[in-house]
Amino acid sequence: MLSLPPVQKLLQQLPGGPAGRPKTSVGGDAAEEVTSPVLATEAGQPACYSALHDDLKEMLDSNKDSLKLEAMKRIVAMIARGKNASDLFPAVVKNVACKNIEVKKLVYVYLVRYAEEQQDLALLSISTFQRGLKDPNQLIRASALRVLSSIRVPIIVPIMMLAIKEAASDMSPYVRKTAAHAIPKLYSLDSDQKDQLIEVIEKLLADKTTLVAGSVVMAFEEVCPERIDLIHKNYRKLCNLLIDVEEWGQVVIINMLTRYARTQFLSPNQNESLLEESAEKAFYGSEEEDAKDAKTEAASLAKRKPYVMDPDHRLLLRNTKPLLQSRNAAVVMAVAQLYFHLAPKAEVGVIAKALVRLLRSHRSVQYVVLQNVATMSIKRRGMFEPYLKSFYIRSTDPTQIKILKLEVLTNLANETNISTILREFQTYIRSMDKDFVAATIQAIGRCATNIGKVRDTCLNGLVQLLSNRDELVVAESVVVIKKLLQMQPAQHSEIIKHMAKLTDNIQVPMARASILWLIGEYCEHVPKIAPDVLRKMAKSFTNEEDIVKLQVINLAAKLYPDQLQSKLLTQYVLNLAKYDQNYDIRDRARFIRQLIVPTEKSGALNKYAKKLFLAQKPAPILDWAPCPTLLNAKAVGYQELPDWPDEAPDPSVRNVEVRGAPQGAGVHGGAKESGSSSSSGSSSSSSEGGGGGGRGGGSPSEEEEEEEGAKKAKKKKAPQGKKGRAETSSEEASGSESSSSGSDSGSEAEAKRKKAVRARLGWAAARGPPPDLPFTSQPPISLPPCSPPAAGLGSPRQSLGPLQLLSPAFGTVRTYELLHRMAGEGLSVEYCFSRRPFPGDPHMVAVQIQISNNTDAEVKSLRVSEPKPLSGMRIQEFPEIERLAPGDMASVVMGIDFCDSTQAANFQLCTHTRHFYVSIQPPVGELMAPVFMSENEFKKEQGKLTGMSEITEKLTLSEKCRSDHTIVQQVTSAANVGRVPCGADNEYRFAAKTVTSGSLVLITLERREGAMAQLTVNSEKMVIGTMLVKDIVQALAQ
Amino acid sequence: MIHSLFLINASGDIFLEKHWKSVVSRSVCDYFFEAQERASEAENVPPVIPTPHHYLLSVYRHKIFFVAVIQSEVPPLFVIEFLHRVVDTFQDYFGVCSELMIKDNVVVVYEVLEEMLDNGFPLATESNILKELIKPPTILRTVVNTITGSTNVGDQLPTGQLSVVPWRRTGVKYTNNEAYFDVIEEIDAIIDKSGSTITAEIQGVIDACVKLTGMPDLTLSFMNPRLLDDVSFHPCVRFKRWESERILSFIPPDGNFRLLSYHVSAQNLVAIPVYVKHNISFRDSSSLGRFEITVGPKQTMGKTVEGVMVTSQMPKGVLNMTLTPSQGTHIFDPVTKLLSWDVGKINPQKLPSLKGSVSLQAGASKPDENPTINLQFKIQQLAISGLKVNRLDMYGEKYKPFKGIKYMTKAGKFQVRT
Repeated sequence: MLSLPPVQKLLQQLPGGPAGRPKTSVGGDAAEEVTSPVLATEAGQPACYSALHDDLKEMLDSNKDSLKLEAMKRIVAMIARGKNASDLFPAVVKNVACKNIEVKKLVYVYLVRYAEEQQDLALLSISTFQRGLKDPNQLIRASALRVLSSIRVPIIVPIMMLAIKEAASDMSPYVRKTAAHAIPKLYSLDSDQKDQLIEVIEKLLADKTTLVAGSVVMAFEEVCPERIDLIHKNYRKLCNLLIDVEEWGQVVIINMLTRYARTQFLSPNQNESLLEESAEKAFYGSEEEDAKDAKTEAASLAKRKPYVMDPDHRLLLRNTKPLLQSRNAAVVMAVAQLYFHLAPKAEVGVIAKALVRLLRSHRSVQYVVLQNVATMSIKRRGMFEPYLKSFYIRSTDPTQIKILKLEVLTNLANETNISTILREFQTYIRSMDKDFVAATIQAIGRCATNIGKVRDTCLNGLVQLLSNRDELVVAESVVVIKKLLQMQPAQHSEIIKHMAKLTDNIQVPMARASILWLIGEYCEHVPKIAPDVLRKMAKSFTNEEDIVKLQVINLAAKLYPDQLQSKLLTQYVLNLAKYDQNYDIRDRARFIRQLIVPTEKSGALNKYAKKLFLAQKPAPILDWAPCPTLLNAKAVGYQELPDWPDEAPDPSVRNVEVRGAPQGAGVHGGAKESGSSSSSGSSSSSSEGGGGGGRGGGSPSEEEEEEEGAKKAKKKKAPQGKKGRAETSSEEASGSESSSSGSDSGSEAEAKRKKAVRARLGWAAARGPPPDLPFTSQPPISLPPCSPPAAGLGSPRQSLGPLQLLSPAFGTVRTYELLHRMAGEGLSVEYCFSRRPFPGDPHMVAVQIQISNNTDAEVKSLRVSEPKPLSGMRIQEFPEIERLAPGDMASVVMGIDFCDSTQAANFQLCTHTRHFYVSIQPPVGELMAPVFMSENEFKKEQGKLTGMSEITEKLTLSEKCRSDHTIVQQVTSAANVGRVPCGADNEYRFAAKTVTSGSLVLITLERREGAMAQLTVNSEKMVIGTMLVKDIVQALAQ
Repeated sequence: MIHSLFLINASGDIFLEKHWKSVVSRSVCDYFFEAQERASEAENVPPVIPTPHHYLLSVYRHKIFFVAVIQSEVPPLFVIEFLHRVVDTFQDYFGVCSELMIKDNVVVVYEVLEEMLDNGFPLATESNILKELIKPPTILRTVVNTITGSTNVGDQLPTGQLSVVPWRRTGVKYTNNEAYFDVIEEIDAIIDKSGSTITAEIQGVIDACVKLTGMPDLTLSFMNPRLLDDVSFHPCVRFKRWESERILSFIPPDGNFRLLSYHVSAQNLVAIPVYVKHNISFRDSSSLGRFEITVGPKQTMGKTVEGVMVTSQMPKGVLNMTLTPSQGTHIFDPVTKLLSWDVGKINPQKLPSLKGSVSLQAGASKPDENPTINLQFKIQQLAISGLKVNRLDMYGEKYKPFKGIKYMTKAGKFQVRT
């Protein structure tokens, strides 16, 4: 950039000039948006661009990153200003593989913008992204998928589909999130892929991470909102995850769940709906009828069976409530809508406070919130009544806000607060904003119609306004008074007289028309004045507006039958109207003439003219202002909220297999753990982690890994489940379920799969803990020793270099005895390897120690003392336990750096009275921590560790260990290793690093025919390798 | 969801456009311009404008319209809230959010927008994560970048998105560890003619500036948490803890953020710290009117009221005003009819007043509306609701942070009707 010649510098500034801005002037009705971007952007393209672009091309072709960057920056600036840079496509796309990360990013920006227009050239870049999809770094995989799916080129649909499918089962939740984002992109590109995409959505919906939940529900809403059956299984999980999902995801999920709940649960207000109706009736002022109604209602109420809320319905309400405290207005509004539509009437009130709070926000937020409050306040007046004063209007509010507030105030008006509201309205009438004043007068009218008590007061007030200096105010008052008078005309002839006088002054057509109508309607009350008004109007007839003319004709017609002197006037008016320009008026005149003026032919009706015209007319109800929605129209893709079902659909569809508990426990470890639920650290703490990990406590990847394992386990369990279904006790139940709701699934295959899922479901339900584990988003105050401290989340993982440590795989957790209760004189100590990183020191193995006091005296000051480690070995003692009551148990964690050897760590365990010499000898499999790597990386590393570092052993798999699942299970329980994805069917790969030195340990297990298999372990620590081989072979062959 | 975003300045120029899906021609903004013309003031442009094929949702901030184009049903607040978040992010990045700033940093703006939305759905909106992805420009960095040719894009990929504390970046280091909290309360009130309070409520926020190394876990407790009637939290606050113990427990984001906003209910009696005595009269016959305002302290808990500013919109009939203030300066704009009087500090011994006459249009009848008086003021070291922070503790890190808490009371929408 510094080396640019001055001319180029000058040119560089050119694109910013105003001349370059494409001016698309579209006028009036032709203002359709041009949908073709090519047309739109090329319209204002000055010719001199190509020359300028040459210089950019040159910079892009150079091999200096700084020049490329400069060029890309200028191109992006052009795009930002809406200028066309599409002719640079070939030059830009070449740089897609550029090493410089910022150049790359800007190239992506460019590509996404123009790929649609230059489809053939865009294909050149695809291979780069495909490569990126296989990158070991999850962020690179994610960004490759993101750009690939954003390129709107139909040819690559199959590639995108494949990439999405692959990413949906990626280890990293972030990549899976990106996959969820890519689904709607692909769908909008090619809607034929719907079925396949639904499969992916189904899979991702089962994901347990908060990161994915919001995005996949968004994809669900865009692709297949009608497939509500996909939600059943995930309903409870979504409810429980909700609070930890990012805010935008929350909005989408809440809206979806609102819809879901409307189809699945019964109305909580069904008993009250009748009461509500009667309340509304009373509101409209028909007091006498009520007494009668109440009796019949009471009778019908008694017949109804009592309503019991579905626990899932309650779960939703309970879990969304805290979100009313969100800082995001959209979330608050979504919860408010959910409560409004789903909650029992008594509970809806809680949303009012939150909505009122939002009124403090920016104007646009205020506007939308007020719209919603206005709608809600029609139905649930009581809810906002305590906040009446929050809707008082300030002179500085913008007009649209003022009018909405007015609407709310009117909706909230009732007999008790009307006097305050009217007093408030009085101040508004003096406002300088005339539109607002007009709206206030309307509002007064509405209050007067609704609340009979204040009708006279309002009317008097409005009549006073008739002498206002502002014509608009007077006109509006006349219109409102007209409507009010219709309710009790007889008492108000004075007002009518007063208004008749106004015809001389008021020029607003609507007001004049209203006055004329009033006089005509009640001409009996003002017999002297009415003809005189008609006389005046006849004079000015030709100059009146159309609506006034129509009312003049009406007035004339009404006066005709009675009064002689007005007959001529009427004839005169009708003659004038006959030649009017407006055909409505001509029609009306003709019609009236035929009706009232007797001729030879007709005349049958003129006797009844008076009855016809002056029939008793029902008083109008001043209509509620029409703003139920922002637009008063359905937007594209708007889904109507379904009505409550009459019968609740089967609630058991939401029962889910519980996977919060470690899989090991379910598969074989069940018996071992039976004694004490907390005996194995992993079982208790992992279910806790699964539940409470969310906001800052537990480690995220841990949960994720668990679920990863669970997913695999699930896959592999399927065939088993089919074979061994006899064991399920709850099978009949699930069978009936599948027949009831399985009908909506299209293909047979799907139905089958569903059945399989259900079978498994029953299987787990028979053993698993209750399905709704308490979910709290709150980690314990002082971080418990078994979960890594927050500080450990980032730094230790980074320090391990490019490979990322995964959190441990959970297999069966074996417990070992440290001190037998006999030897320990009633004190028994067990330990296990919790396979969690030890907080504070990544080189230590965490050992979970479980101490139980079986004596009948209190044991005091339990501690470790005089550790006698071998050279290099380090022990991090657990904090002293001050006292342990008889029969109590305590669980602590200590860290031991075994220096990658299986030598035992010796130390003394002291109580206040005794010392015990104990030692912990680690199995070799516990000296490592799992590590994540891709297949390629694995092979690369394996290539480096051949020869001496490679140990191969043949083995025969035992009867039990023939399914994929059990093999993986056995290996991961024998050693703390992580699985590596593998292309081949009959191969399993695992990787880990030793805890102290961080040397890689790679395990490959290849299945041959029958039960034969070959195990290969690559590690530079030969001792560890050899021992590991022994352990694994034993585990698999036993 | 969000298709495109257009940034439009006060003179109606579209100076930035960004598309997340297929390109939407900028001619769609013509509908916006139409609506803008219909609404006399920028404030009155409806936030949602339907067009034949799209819907335009807009927010107006810093004299810029942010117009989002959407095509299908979406919760309107979702888009509006997001647009506000965009503005906040720009402000966070560049200090101010102005047309000039955006134009100067167009590439950074574009990169930020690219990260914030994916296919129109919000992706990364936490400023901590964004700043890791794309470094905000500073003068120093700009200079360094020009010389070395390095970039604004973070060379390390951020891990924040993947952690359980997505609002905090990892590896934060400071030599001075400090945490400051500002408790700012605003009084919204309407006072009627006679000086009695029609409605008054207190809205408060706690803004924090936390510069702490590592992953600190903070707890903040109040002396009188019951005062808080309705609260909304930054996502970092653990709700359950608040529910059960009324303690704010959180791992803070790095830098500036709003920890909490709260509301002290209208049911509680709100102390009104100032009063306004006014005497404004227009006589029917003459073209002169009288004008007199005095401002005085009421319930200030012994603190000084400062930064007092009185504004009032005069009726259209007012031609000019000849006034003399006992202190401060005043301006009357005869075009907009806006009177503003910058009072400054209130000295209880000598109350500030503004007196004089109003000249009205000759011949016209007297205006029948009375102007409202808007008041602004500030009181340092006082939270008018009486809220007090009890203590702030830090867990999870070993060092001793420097802690500070500041209180302030301001006028929010404080109006006196005359």
